[in-house]
Amino acid sequence: MLRGRSFVGSGSLFISELSVLFRRRRTWAMLSTISLIPIFLAIAVALSGSALPPGEGPPFLDRVSQNGLFVGFTAMIMAIPLFLPLTVGVVAGDTIAGEASTGTLRYLLIAPVNRAKLLFVKFLGAAAFSIAATFTLMITGIIIGVILFPVGPVTLLSGDVVSIPQALLRIFLVAIYVTISLLGLSAIGLFISTLTVIPVGAMAATVVVSTVSQILGTLPQLESIHPYLLSYYWLGFADLLRNPMDLGSMASNALLQLSYIAIFGSLAYSRFTSKDILS
Amino acid sequence: MGSLVDPEYAIYTQGLTKSFGSHNAVDHIDLRVPKGSIFGFLGPNGSGKTTTIRALLALANISSGEVSLLGYKVPEEIGLALPKVGALVEGPAFYPYLSGRDNLIRFDCADRYADPSTRLERVDQALARVGLSQAASKKVHAYSLGMKQRLGIANALLQPRELLILDEPTNGLDPQGTREVRNLIRSLASEGITIFISSHLLVEIEQICTHLAVMSMGKIVAQGSVEELSTSEIRELTITTNDCERGIQALKSIGITATATGDVLKARIPHDQVAPEVIVRVLTELNVGIKGFTLLAPTLEERFVSLTGEGFDVAR
Repeated sequence: MLRGRSFVGSGSLFISELSVLFRRRRTWAMLSTISLIPIFLAIAVALSGSALPPGEGPPFLDRVSQNGLFVGFTAMIMAIPLFLPLTVGVVAGDTIAGEASTGTLRYLLIAPVNRAKLLFVKFLGAAAFSIAATFTLMITGIIIGVILFPVGPVTLLSGDVVSIPQALLRIFLVAIYVTISLLGLSAIGLFISTLTVIPVGAMAATVVVSTVSQILGTLPQLESIHPYLLSYYWLGFADLLRNPMDLGSMASNALLQLSYIAIFGSLAYSRFTSKDILS
Repeated sequence: MGSLVDPEYAIYTQGLTKSFGSHNAVDHIDLRVPKGSIFGFLGPNGSGKTTTIRALLALANISSGEVSLLGYKVPEEIGLALPKVGALVEGPAFYPYLSGRDNLIRFDCADRYADPSTRLERVDQALARVGLSQAASKKVHAYSLGMKQRLGIANALLQPRELLILDEPTNGLDPQGTREVRNLIRSLASEGITIFISSHLLVEIEQICTHLAVMSMGKIVAQGSVEELSTSEIRELTITTNDCERGIQALKSIGITATATGDVLKARIPHDQVAPEVIVRVLTELNVGIKGFTLLAPTLEERFVSLTGEGFDVAR
């Protein structure tokens, strides 16, 4: 009987986690800022008037003025290196350290919630934010693209032309791809968050990890370790924009992110379940 | 099950020690909190009370010793004990951007044994119990410290409990609020709940406690029922007179060593050494004028201070 009730409790804790996360003004401020990226991008392209010669600026930028559906892709490429990791770092770094700094962590634990379950729910919360962030960016991109630019069948990187519903499916898959890319970073943020009671420190450290990973990824001398870097597949979603669709990098990315989740999830678990809660 | 101890005790510790580095914040304490008692846990700030409470609730690991809570071994069986324990630990803590009611809902969601179908009802009952129904929808950042303190107690009352651990529950409350909390504790105790209440101010809790433990620098320096602790072997003798010198001599003749300050003679004597009427007669016979005479047992407060010291340096 207790087991059954325990399961019910787990569901309500996750719902409660989401409701706490999405009732914070900070979460909405970050999502609003994310939505500004495609809006500014689209406005800038619309105002500049003249079409860019192909190959200049970020990938796809030259296509935006011909087809509004490209706004989302271009904005995503701009947001991946810094902005998305930054917001995910804020949420993931805050998971445990934020509760510890306000003192609510001790009241959750004596409620009582199992420490492993709390950690798991916190990770799910960070993952939910990643989904919200990527979809906010993509959906805003589609909306502003439709408003400012002509919309029609999309020419893929392979040269094939796909219908609008097909293109929307690809956009959806790219958002999923980027969400998966952010899960490893969420696990790292969760682990760092168990090390401190100062949430800002954990947030900053998580963002530093993502930046360092990307810097290492640019050094040719370190080519042998590149495939193991957190950010190795971050920009690899171009494969989803070919015909036939190549899901290879999606799978490799998922596998890599899963490894990061396994490693840093275990570290967070061993740290958090043995930790003195003194805040 | 964790039956290493007498089920008479709601809290039982044997040699409980919590050290940080080489410093023992809690040093081999043997707490015995009888079921059904209102147990006052006294000690100056920094004496190790909150660290003890963290160890009891398995928030902090125990360095050595044994702990049992409601008969369950801590930390191994803490998950079985906690649903029956409500606690306020080191002051209340809430999500400032949520309302009082939403905060309680949040903590109740974390309770893996809580029944979601009765959640709202239980939350509203707990709020009513501490008189916060009116302010339930206000965000907690707009609460006064006293309201937060009461919300913290409401959080401890979300479920029927067997034991309440309240760490400084009257901190930040005005005299009116303190009285209300005291009455609330009395009424909870009358329902058979064991109450373990810590405070650095004896006066705040001595009226309601049945048992007391006094902690100083990580150690328990006194423990027992209030009657046991109030019974003192020592009496304070104070005599106001205009002839201190002869007074001292007179007292010496019946074996009392007194000291004079101005026109006041003071002495500490065992309660069965000399009857007060004998002292008065001896003084009168030697024509020592008596302007005032008291022979008193020290108050609990005075004993508390004598055990823990006074001033800022008591806890390093």
